[in-house]
Amino acid sequence: MASTSSKRTNTIAEEQPAASAAQTVLEVDGLETIFQTQDGDVHAVNNVSFSLQAGELLGIVGESGSGKSVTMMSLLKLLPMPPAEIVGGKVMFDGRDLLQLGLDELREVRGGDIGFIFQDPMTSLNPVFTVGFQIMEPLRVHLKMNKQQARDRAIELLELVGIPSAGDRLKDFPHQFSGGMRQRVMIAIALACDPKVLIADEPTTALDVTVQAQILEIIKDLRQKLGMAIIWITHDLGVVAGIADRVAVMYGGQIVEYADVKQLYDDPRHPYTRALLQTLPRQEGEREARLVSIPGQAPNLKGQLTACPFAPRCSEAIDKCWQANPPLFEINGSQKSACWLEDPNG
Amino acid sequence: MAEAETATNSAAPGETLVNVSNLKMHFPIYKGLFRKKVGDVKAVDGLSFEIKRGETLGLVGESGCGKSTTGRAVLRLYELTDGVISFEGEDIAQLSNEELRARRPHMQMIFQDPQACLNPRMTVGAIIAEPLVEHRQMTSEERKERVKELLNSVGMNPDFVNRYPHEFSGGQRQRIGIARALALDPDFIVCDEPIAALDVSIQAQVVNLLEDLQKERGLTYLFISHDLSMVRHIADRVAVMYLGKIMELAPREALFKDPKHPYTQALLSAVPVANPEVESQRERVILKGDVPSPSNPPAGCVFCTRCPVAEEKCFSEAPQWRELQPDQFVACHLAK
Repeated sequence: MASTSSKRTNTIAEEQPAASAAQTVLEVDGLETIFQTQDGDVHAVNNVSFSLQAGELLGIVGESGSGKSVTMMSLLKLLPMPPAEIVGGKVMFDGRDLLQLGLDELREVRGGDIGFIFQDPMTSLNPVFTVGFQIMEPLRVHLKMNKQQARDRAIELLELVGIPSAGDRLKDFPHQFSGGMRQRVMIAIALACDPKVLIADEPTTALDVTVQAQILEIIKDLRQKLGMAIIWITHDLGVVAGIADRVAVMYGGQIVEYADVKQLYDDPRHPYTRALLQTLPRQEGEREARLVSIPGQAPNLKGQLTACPFAPRCSEAIDKCWQANPPLFEINGSQKSACWLEDPNG
Repeated sequence: MAEAETATNSAAPGETLVNVSNLKMHFPIYKGLFRKKVGDVKAVDGLSFEIKRGETLGLVGESGCGKSTTGRAVLRLYELTDGVISFEGEDIAQLSNEELRARRPHMQMIFQDPQACLNPRMTVGAIIAEPLVEHRQMTSEERKERVKELLNSVGMNPDFVNRYPHEFSGGQRQRIGIARALALDPDFIVCDEPIAALDVSIQAQVVNLLEDLQKERGLTYLFISHDLSMVRHIADRVAVMYLGKIMELAPREALFKDPKHPYTQALLSAVPVANPEVESQRERVILKGDVPSPSNPPAGCVFCTRCPVAEEKCFSEAPQWRELQPDQFVACHLAK
């Protein structure tokens, strides 16, 4: 699979990580998404801001219900609206605010400049079309390729993600592939149009560890070859440690900590991050007598947040935590934490 | 390990509670107009292991390796194709349905999906009381008391008896499932991926609960999981399964520190570590390809198609199950 990518066009990208580290490809500012339900609005995403630099891999970590998937779906308006409604914020990509685009313009961005990989490779591939058709579809729609060109490119893509005898497998249907192979097909589809940004929503969660290791290797390899920026959503702190450059930790629909990957693991500055890292069982040395657990449950996001959402479970909570929701405080150059304990004026 | 030292005293913890030998569980494949039998899915193919009283045996492997089938077969939730399962010295594979029913209270199960294993139309109280109604002669007052006691022991508010499963979160539902399994004071519980559907912060709560209950009640667990780091925490001994067979069985420390089987080595090296420094320097054994179909397993060693060190012999001859070191068993020609 190494040899086939030499044909590819974006050679500039290969030098990018070092050359233009500061170039921002995607900037999200103050994103707010709510779901209207019979019992009132659920505030799934609360004032989320982050930026994505060219060539970097941003890990988004959080538990189920923390709003990580909804945030990424909101970027491309992939949510059913209603009940979902994006009530505020800007998503700047290529000099345009994606939230202001019409459906036709959005369609050009989806699968074109921004690729998406979903969690479950079985439900995100269409069972009644061949894999070849599904890879060629974005090529023909976005890049206006003819059948033969699209076919050649599809084979090239399948080889790129490590599917053996790619030419023969184009006419196979999704059910003829194993879970890991299907996820490779999903990656191939997402990469089809040379996206500038790839959003991967828990792409390895449904896979076995040995297959997960294969997919992670492929992603590392592809990043070096293609140099696109990646947003990687996961709940697995181990996976993030291995591949991310920067990490945003989400809780209660907001980013609670934002840091370079080394800083985050060496010196986590939000109590939730600290607690999350402590709950993991040790993988070497003596086993701990008892696992550290975070008491309580994830917050209910009905209504506006008026206090820190983590306060009820936090062992370090102070009075202030119950009175107001902390903003993201800057701790040092690249690390931010939404915790009153880190308030420079506090 | 503690169990090994006390093993001489047969009444103390350390006696064998469950002894499985040559367990086979094949599911027939039918095809064509006349539903002719064309083959078997060999989900579990010749397992032998024992579980001592009071210990936790971890059973790990990837999806489709037969670990859940093993868990269910050990409780005889399936009719076995072949093999002996002795529970407290009695072969439960041969029991009649009635005799089996009398044994059921001693062996229980906790399921993976806490949503699917609780009847949505029953209240929590009714769910937990159901085994008591079936197996114990109790007045309804006694039952109510017992249900409250059980809810208490799994860390839930006893006032919740009249609520329905959908009113609870995943972690709480798993606790209800555990309370139900405990209702009849079992000796042995098969935990089939009890934490796989839960969030990281909730997993630790449930694992701690399982450990506390084990200490209080002297329970014996067969803990089935694909999460190796959690198994490392909870299990005393660990069995690694691949394609219906056990590849390696060893005490926890030995298995994680010095795995002997190439599959165990690959599996352990694939587990991500939550430490960027370690991750950036790790050498991974990346297995090629996918698990073969259990209806047509490879000749010789079942792992030979993906094994990084396989030799000619591995493709023709099935490896013997042998004790490499005291208590450390492995099925591999090459392990030393």
